Amino acid sequence: MIDLKGYGPALAEGAVVTIELALLSLLLALVLGLAGAVAKLSRNRLAKGIATTYTTIIRGVPDLVMMMLFYYGGQVAVNMLSDWLYIQFQIDWFLQFDPFISGVLTIGLIFGAYMAETFRGAFLAVEAGQIEAARAYGFSRWHTFRRIMVPQMLRHALPGLGNNWQVLLKTTALVSIIGLTDMVRVAEEAAKAERSPFLFFIPVAAVYLALTAVSELFIKWLNRRANVGVVQGGG
Amino acid sequence: MADIAPLICRDIHKTFDQNEVLKGISLETRKGDVVSLIGSSGSGKSTFLRCINLLETPTSGDIIVQGDPIRFKTDRRGERVPADNRQVEQIRAKLSMVFQGFNLWSHMTVLENVIEAPIHVLKVPRKEAIERAEAYLYKVGIYERKDYYPAQMSGGQQQRAAIARALAMEPDVMLFDEPTSALDPELVGEVLRVMQGLAEEGRTMIVVTHEMAFARDVSTQVLFLHQGVIEEQGSPDKVFDNPDSERMQQFLAPRF
Repeated sequence: MIDLKGYGPALAEGAVVTIELALLSLLLALVLGLAGAVAKLSRNRLAKGIATTYTTIIRGVPDLVMMMLFYYGGQVAVNMLSDWLYIQFQIDWFLQFDPFISGVLTIGLIFGAYMAETFRGAFLAVEAGQIEAARAYGFSRWHTFRRIMVPQMLRHALPGLGNNWQVLLKTTALVSIIGLTDMVRVAEEAAKAERSPFLFFIPVAAVYLALTAVSELFIKWLNRRANVGVVQGGG
Repeated sequence: MADIAPLICRDIHKTFDQNEVLKGISLETRKGDVVSLIGSSGSGKSTFLRCINLLETPTSGDIIVQGDPIRFKTDRRGERVPADNRQVEQIRAKLSMVFQGFNLWSHMTVLENVIEAPIHVLKVPRKEAIERAEAYLYKVGIYERKDYYPAQMSGGQQQRAAIARALAMEPDVMLFDEPTSALDPELVGEVLRVMQGLAEEGRTMIVVTHEMAFARDVSTQVLFLHQGVIEEQGSPDKVFDNPDSERMQQFLAPRF
């Protein structure tokens, strides 16, 4: 084994933080992405407007700028809201905006916008006849959505979602800049203290690589499951 | 028991933008009727069929299914829409449709396709739904393909599976929208034979078709549509052998 000069456990803990951060952000991004896609495709002008504004803003602002805005601005906003709630309604509510929460919110919001586009395209790719058959058999809108549209949409969405997830995973490294003790932050401190960047950054790179490799396998498996019933190669 | 008319359509009009596609179509069926809707492309026959189960909302006119008239209202934009979506869902469950393009749900096996609506729309217990589905799949001759996905079967098999899906709803009226038009010529027969069998059982069917032999031999009533109006209507003998309308005569005339 490589001698990590006593930083091994801290790095391992950092890796766990990275994974937690990535998974929670993914969850938020999926929820926002799905909601964004449904809103964009709906006939409701307000919903459409909100979703379009959301994706336009998010996709045009650098990730790092947004993260800092959330981290520094988020706490100020929470403080103001907390004061207002207490003065107006005597509600005692407070939230400490730590780097982890800021990270999840920022990454979730950013990738939610990208996923909204992926989901939207995937919904549009579902054949009209599939939905028409559901309507013709008396399905409610919700049932059509859940049983027909979502499973069929996933076939089209999965490749894009897989891509988004890999980029998301790597984006978590940015959160170390606002002070989250993830794997990158630990490596950075250790590398500085020990003056041996290779010793610490190469294992970190290897962990990211391992995570993306495992995800790739998982996505392939999901793809196979989602595409059951599709004859490959046409004909 | 005095039978209620399974389906009555009164003076159905449908306008898309400025274009009036249906100009007052009426139809009354008795139980066991097989109504063939014939006419050239663009005559409005498919649109009329799609108005019956509200896949298109008629601009005006009444639709009465088993004595239950569909209620409409006018929405904010001044368009006529069904007043009660629940009622529409209930009525659709009584009128199952077979599509030109089959439209089997491609992520489900044949059996799953057939049990989906009975379980989730009619609330039939799963076990009973499977038994029912298997019986209908056997009837249309594809029981042994029940665990296949639609894409793994020929067009004729898919369409027979779609007919089983329609039968499993035990509908009051079956709507067929050009059920053989997307099939290779050698597969048309197997689907028509299944449909003929259903007609002989006394099922009420409304069939949009280009198969003149089927319209003539199987139906009890034929409607010839031309540019959104009924040009000729009556028994197959009357419509095919002794039509009043000149257009019907032209339609039947040999084209070579």
